[in-house]
Amino acid sequence: MKKALGLNEFVKEVKRGNVSVVEHAEKILEEAEKSNPRLHCFNVVSRQIALEQAREIEAEIKTGRHKGRLLGVPISVKDCICVKGVESRAGSKILSGYVPLFDATVVEKARAEGAIIMGKTAQDEFGFGTFSNNVGIGFEKPCNPLDVKRSCGGSSGGSAGFTAFTTLAHASISESTGGSIACPASFCGVAGLTPTHGLVSRYGLIDYANSLDKIGSIGKTVEDAALLLEVISGYDARDSTSLQGSWEELSKPLASNDLKIGVVRDFFKGCDEAVQKECMNAVKRLEGKGAKVEEISLPLNAKYGIAAYYLASTTEASTNLARFCGMRYGLHEKLEGNFNEYFSNVRSKGFGEEAKRRILLGTFARMAGFRDAYYLKAMKVRTLLIKEFKQAFSGVDVLVNPTMPIVAPKFDEIEKLSPLEQYAMDLCTVPANLAGLPHASVPVGEHRNMPVGLMITADHLQEKKMIEAALAFEGACR
Amino acid sequence: MAGAVDKKLLLRVAANARLNLTEAEIAKFLPQLQEILLAFSLLDALDVSNEKPSFQPLPLENVARKDAVEKCLSQEEALKNSRHKKDGYFMGPKVT
Repeated sequence: MKKALGLNEFVKEVKRGNVSVVEHAEKILEEAEKSNPRLHCFNVVSRQIALEQAREIEAEIKTGRHKGRLLGVPISVKDCICVKGVESRAGSKILSGYVPLFDATVVEKARAEGAIIMGKTAQDEFGFGTFSNNVGIGFEKPCNPLDVKRSCGGSSGGSAGFTAFTTLAHASISESTGGSIACPASFCGVAGLTPTHGLVSRYGLIDYANSLDKIGSIGKTVEDAALLLEVISGYDARDSTSLQGSWEELSKPLASNDLKIGVVRDFFKGCDEAVQKECMNAVKRLEGKGAKVEEISLPLNAKYGIAAYYLASTTEASTNLARFCGMRYGLHEKLEGNFNEYFSNVRSKGFGEEAKRRILLGTFARMAGFRDAYYLKAMKVRTLLIKEFKQAFSGVDVLVNPTMPIVAPKFDEIEKLSPLEQYAMDLCTVPANLAGLPHASVPVGEHRNMPVGLMITADHLQEKKMIEAALAFEGACR
Repeated sequence: MAGAVDKKLLLRVAANARLNLTEAEIAKFLPQLQEILLAFSLLDALDVSNEKPSFQPLPLENVARKDAVEKCLSQEEALKNSRHKKDGYFMGPKVT
């Protein structure tokens, strides 16, 4: 595939007048529309809105008024993030026809910097999946552009898939609850950045699990993803969990030549040997350049992470999804029966299989008589798991492990896995997500012609260190 | 605790979650949920009696905005995404 211009370079060219924003938008829209019957990366391509925006921006550029950091850059947005005037369904039939009246804060921030919003990307329904195979009723599964028989990963599958596919300047606003940015970035060979919980506003996100959801970025390179993350981060009064403070210039990390890397032994153990080998080779390359490397053990996270994560996330999801009842927006049915009968009818028709499974699991875990043994227990275990991470960060700057235990699997291989076996695939990604820690996935090698991603985790609000390490790995493995 | 989910409890959970399950769904979900909860019961072995729950990953402070009128959706806008509406109101199913 042809190498696309980096976003910083692209914006410079736009400002110099060497690239027409409208022509570029037309090209990428055509690319998205032409590839979609085969790849299904988009639930909606918002051609008209994108071109209107492109024309406005081009007119502003001619008058010299626009100085945005994403000037003319086409940005795709995961379906669960609200875009004004564009159907936003979080990949679910139950939100059919829902057209937000407002932009999510992240979309507003990207637009303010001159970004062009080109469409909504495919995902597992509400983010409930690791392979983008759990799409809602009536949706198509996004296919990996490197091998269409394989998964893009999930749940931000369409975001990563299209980022890998396009030959043009582009990045994607995506979202992670338990690894939904890192996993697809790993499977598609692109860079994915997930920030500290609270660094990026969740206002306008169709929630999966509030204490876990983080909006982040996917780009062809770490630099592209870091620029987008920098644009969308920052305090927002409309999100009560938004962190106050300023984290500017994330894409220009501090120069440092003495990075201390902790290799998480326990997370390597459960991975394919070839994946382990590629990741260790990457670590050795940086060690050869002067980085200090030591082994770290996180036994509690390795053993209890999956259970604590799935109990926490399904409990929160079951309350979040209680709002979907076919009255105010989304799927409607004929008003029949009493409210319980009507709501149950709409919900039973609108939710897909995995959504139902997680609602049932989460409702059980918080029901009277079970709440203390399941939900509350998981929340206390979470405290232990966070403490274990904090202890590890007392000696190293970043932790590394394979992002996923395997390379992107084929769809027929995924079908053979039980739900529990699918959950177990999140072994390496859920602990950092449960702890709200910033993490990156960067491609560091290949196995069977499919990319292998390395996950780099930093302590809370150490995004600069995370990005610095991600850039170093990317540079060493190119 | 893991063996605690049987068909009767599953139906109670489903009713609580406002989901009508078909017989085929019950036959599929019941063993899956039993398997998942059995696997998760490994948490039972951990003593966390001295730990506080982390409902959020980072400590949060309560925040409140100024008690002032701000711009919000108009009635017409709020109703825009609904098909069930009448005289400027949402129209819901029967209450009883």
